[in-house]
Amino acid sequence: MDKKYILVKDTRRAGADQTEHFAGLLAAKIQAGPAADSVQVVRAADIGFYDQGLVLKFLPAGPVYLNVSEADLDRVVSETVLGGRVLEDLAAAGTARQLRVVLRNCGVINPESLEEYIRRDGYRALSRALFEYTPEKVIEEFKKSGLRGRGGAGYPTWLKWHLTRSVPGDEKYVICNADEGDPGAYMDRSILEGDPHSVLEGMIIAGYAIGAGRGYFYIRAEYPLAIERIGKAIGQARERGLLGAGILGSNFNFEVDIRLGAGAFVCGEETALIASIEGKRGTPRPRPPYPSVSGLWGKPTSINNVETFANVPVVMTRGGDWFAGIGTEKSRGTKVFAVTGKVRNSGLVEVPMGVTLRQIVFDIGGGVRSGKKIKAVQTGGPSGGVIPESRLDTPVDYENLQKLGSIMGSGGMIVMDEDDCMVDIAKFYLGFCVEESCGKCAPCRIGTYQLLKILERISEGEGRSEDLDQMRLIAQAMQKASLCGLGQTASNPVLSTLNYFENEYREHIQAKRCRSFKCRDLLTYSIIQSKCKRCRQCFLNCPVQAISGDREVGFYIQLDKCTKCGKCFEVCKFNAIARE
Amino acid sequence: MVRATINGKVVEVEKGTTILDAANQVQVKIPTLCKHPDLISSAACGICIVKVKGSNKMLRACCTPLDNAMEIITHDPEIVSIRRTVLELILSKHPNDCLKCGRNNNCELQRLAADFGIREELFPKYLKDIPKDESTGSIVLEPPKCILCGRCVQVCQQMQDVWALSFLERGFETRISPAGDIKLGESPCVRCGQCSAHCPTGAIFEQDDTARVWEALQKPGNYCVVQIAPAVRVSIGEAFGFQPGDNFTRRLYALLRRLGFAAVFDTNFGADVTIIEEASEFVDRFKNPSPERPLPLITTCCPSWVDFMEKFHHDMIPHFSSCKSPHQILGVLSKTYYASKYNLDPARIVMVSIMPCTAKKYEITRTDEMFASGFQDIDIVLTTRELARMIKQAGIDFPSLPEEEPDHILGNYTGAGVIFGATGGVMEAALRTACFYITGQKLDRLEFSETRGLKGVKESSIEIAGTRVGIAVAHGLSNVEYVLNQVREAVKAGRPVPYHFVEVMACPGGCVGGGGQPYGVTDERRSKMSRGLYEDDLNQPIRSSHENPQVQQLYREFLGEPRSKKSESLLHVHYKARPQYRK
Repeated sequence: MDKKYILVKDTRRAGADQTEHFAGLLAAKIQAGPAADSVQVVRAADIGFYDQGLVLKFLPAGPVYLNVSEADLDRVVSETVLGGRVLEDLAAAGTARQLRVVLRNCGVINPESLEEYIRRDGYRALSRALFEYTPEKVIEEFKKSGLRGRGGAGYPTWLKWHLTRSVPGDEKYVICNADEGDPGAYMDRSILEGDPHSVLEGMIIAGYAIGAGRGYFYIRAEYPLAIERIGKAIGQARERGLLGAGILGSNFNFEVDIRLGAGAFVCGEETALIASIEGKRGTPRPRPPYPSVSGLWGKPTSINNVETFANVPVVMTRGGDWFAGIGTEKSRGTKVFAVTGKVRNSGLVEVPMGVTLRQIVFDIGGGVRSGKKIKAVQTGGPSGGVIPESRLDTPVDYENLQKLGSIMGSGGMIVMDEDDCMVDIAKFYLGFCVEESCGKCAPCRIGTYQLLKILERISEGEGRSEDLDQMRLIAQAMQKASLCGLGQTASNPVLSTLNYFENEYREHIQAKRCRSFKCRDLLTYSIIQSKCKRCRQCFLNCPVQAISGDREVGFYIQLDKCTKCGKCFEVCKFNAIARE
Repeated sequence: MVRATINGKVVEVEKGTTILDAANQVQVKIPTLCKHPDLISSAACGICIVKVKGSNKMLRACCTPLDNAMEIITHDPEIVSIRRTVLELILSKHPNDCLKCGRNNNCELQRLAADFGIREELFPKYLKDIPKDESTGSIVLEPPKCILCGRCVQVCQQMQDVWALSFLERGFETRISPAGDIKLGESPCVRCGQCSAHCPTGAIFEQDDTARVWEALQKPGNYCVVQIAPAVRVSIGEAFGFQPGDNFTRRLYALLRRLGFAAVFDTNFGADVTIIEEASEFVDRFKNPSPERPLPLITTCCPSWVDFMEKFHHDMIPHFSSCKSPHQILGVLSKTYYASKYNLDPARIVMVSIMPCTAKKYEITRTDEMFASGFQDIDIVLTTRELARMIKQAGIDFPSLPEEEPDHILGNYTGAGVIFGATGGVMEAALRTACFYITGQKLDRLEFSETRGLKGVKESSIEIAGTRVGIAVAHGLSNVEYVLNQVREAVKAGRPVPYHFVEVMACPGGCVGGGGQPYGVTDERRSKMSRGLYEDDLNQPIRSSHENPQVQQLYREFLGEPRSKKSESLLHVHYKARPQYRK
């Protein structure tokens, strides 16, 4: 019988972490009953919910309970653990929509234990591939599955393998792209840290399918734990004959190495990544030739993303048809998203393709934390775009997001509410791209900078009426004339905000007004004398002594001294500070 | 073959042909900026974009091979508009220095801006003030003018294998600099100047010494003499609308006199002397090779090559000919032999060399041996590009000048001397004389087609007196390692070395493709210039250095024997290992 797990985590922001305490209590209660051998209590490091009190998560398939109190524990054991009934008053809404394929083992097994991975069907896929499938048949299975690359572009995985396989040559390579760099995204990191063997197994199967003898993990150096765990996994696999010469007694040989990235975002672009592994400056080169023809050291190379690899063993064990049954017609399977921003439950979610953005944000994410109106959802990181509230009912898949001017990307999803200024958002992403442009091609190197300068001007109240046209002109040149994906998509955050929120830009330019009160230079603070109780809090807290006056005459903000930091607005208990 | 359409017209090209090249078939020259025919496309600029039907992406014509059934559109209003925007973006990071730029009227970016009718600054300029790097004395780096096309980096790293230049920083801050942000003069730079010859803008150019020459010419008491290198005569015409390869030797003599030089010599004479010394050295080694003086003998006319060897391959020092380069030889002779014969005070002689080369500017003070006459043997070096400017400043109608003769006794040259300017030329010239020295007989053929042409490494063998003599000619420094490794491996394995004689020139094509030659060098131009030199060789009544009567006179009256004590002290040098980086 499969063992069941209960993950326990105290998610309160304040106070000492009581995870240990509650886990002990729960374990003791279970130990005393008939489920002692079949249920294990696990202390989770991150459970995907925040500030929801004590959270319990039932695995492999079960509800998530939020804000559980000590008094609830008896009920939990008798009803849910033993009775299999869900306690509706504790259950988090929408968890049923999640489907854990990629994250099947994350948080469930000890990632440093090969045994635990094997116990959950680990390396069964590999053995199946090696002994029951020819490489061509493996590729065929993936064609059936419809799995597409999870790194962002959504290129069919089977086709990439097929192309790499069909190029003649003895020496071929597989690379795992673990250079995750989108702001706010940590899907790949969590998989590498939580289930390293699944990624490794996926890579070995890919190596078998394309005829490669060596694989490289390209992991950014900022992910030390991921590096450590992949390193351990490689060592364990080697020891057990899952890597090296004659894997599992077959005649397939495969070796794996780790290469560390120095944190350059552009090194997630495949040709730049290859250059980086080769010890060169991480800049892209023109394609064709594609890496499948001439990749690492000029040899045929297949580069796949972490999440793609994590899907591979599942496709092999459960079959391509099973996988193809999940998701939408063109986008099969599930997708992991890192939902962050103004959402109540930020964290990783894994959903079948085709779930709508609204379902992800509201049913799973619990809606907007502040209770304010949601304004937009940003997907795809700096290459993606902002999707307005009116389009949140769009089912998530590769094509739909592209139609909305965004992209799937690697799975970053940032929820924005009315406090988020769209000019500011565009500026943030552009700033990221200016930092991360490799500098090789002119449209990206100079285009991003010029765009950023225009956005800065607009947010400082120096916008000009011709700015919007000029931004579109630059954005178009970047899209069409940049060498790699970074430059071609770097203008997406600008274009999508311009597209859906042009009025906000116009307000900034014409009325010099920022409705979200984000653009500091456009704000003025003043004291509403009729509301002021002369409590002096603003006067005392102003960091630059821009507030003068006394209790007799009242208090006034000296605009020439005010840095618009907003401290007075924050500390005033009587809403006597006006912000315009 | 690949069949596709460009602008609706069917084209058929060989597989691998780029869209850029294929477009020539339908009379379209797609505008480019970073592309250079010598180099692999870096695809940096984004000017050459075209549309392909069925994709909303645009392709770079310079590096995308035409594929079967592609339907390419090379121009429509959208494409032209995007090209213009990209150009405007590039211009927004380039100073408006055209009037005081070395590349004014000869700048690829300026030409493009003119073609696109740029009349105003669409985007604000964001320039960075990075100081000039003049530390080499040969080449000047002016990073603010750099458009990051990457040509110089590729030239320095791949073509020349020197790795002095690289990209530093990232994104908008990216710039060209030696690694570690040191000065070029502290880097492994060998001053070949290929970076400057390939730069599309004024970001890398030669150190301008024309003012020093004007000053020397007008200073009372100076006795200014000048020499012209072989390659200059077939390239100077380009600045006046002539074809590369057109020979201006005699008009150059006339010109230099009119500029004010008291005597006009020809480096080809120095080349003939070089051959006498080097061929003697070769014959000596050929007959009695020893560990101190082993085979193959390697030529040393090229200062960049010498510098490169001292920095990167100093284990080969024993193989190096100790003979000075032709212009150094002429320099020392002008301040010794010539001075004494014409009763001139060598202290008053100012020797100017007109060279196709930026490294020659460095060579003239390279070691103490460059002061063998007791004075600095060569005072100033001008490149071909600088001379062209001087001619224009003087207002001389150069192409209409009458033809004149050089000054004796350092002006006569043979066909062997003039082919020094082309890759393989030194080898060919040396073989003509060496064969005579070994066999005592005139060769039945003077041309060695094996050494000619633009193949990077030319290996062959000839028979001299019943012995097979292996030769190798390499040009472009990246081709050197192969040749040297052949020697090293043979020595290591105890096998006979594969070559007896090796010629190396740093610049592709030899001196005709030098770093100081007119901008826009391509293989086509290199071939044309070489052809010009080989024609000059054919037209000479005497075509072997040892038959040059003035050279014979020199030895009779002054030097004595080849490799005599006197010639050793005046015409020969020593080499030493040098660090690649110095601080």
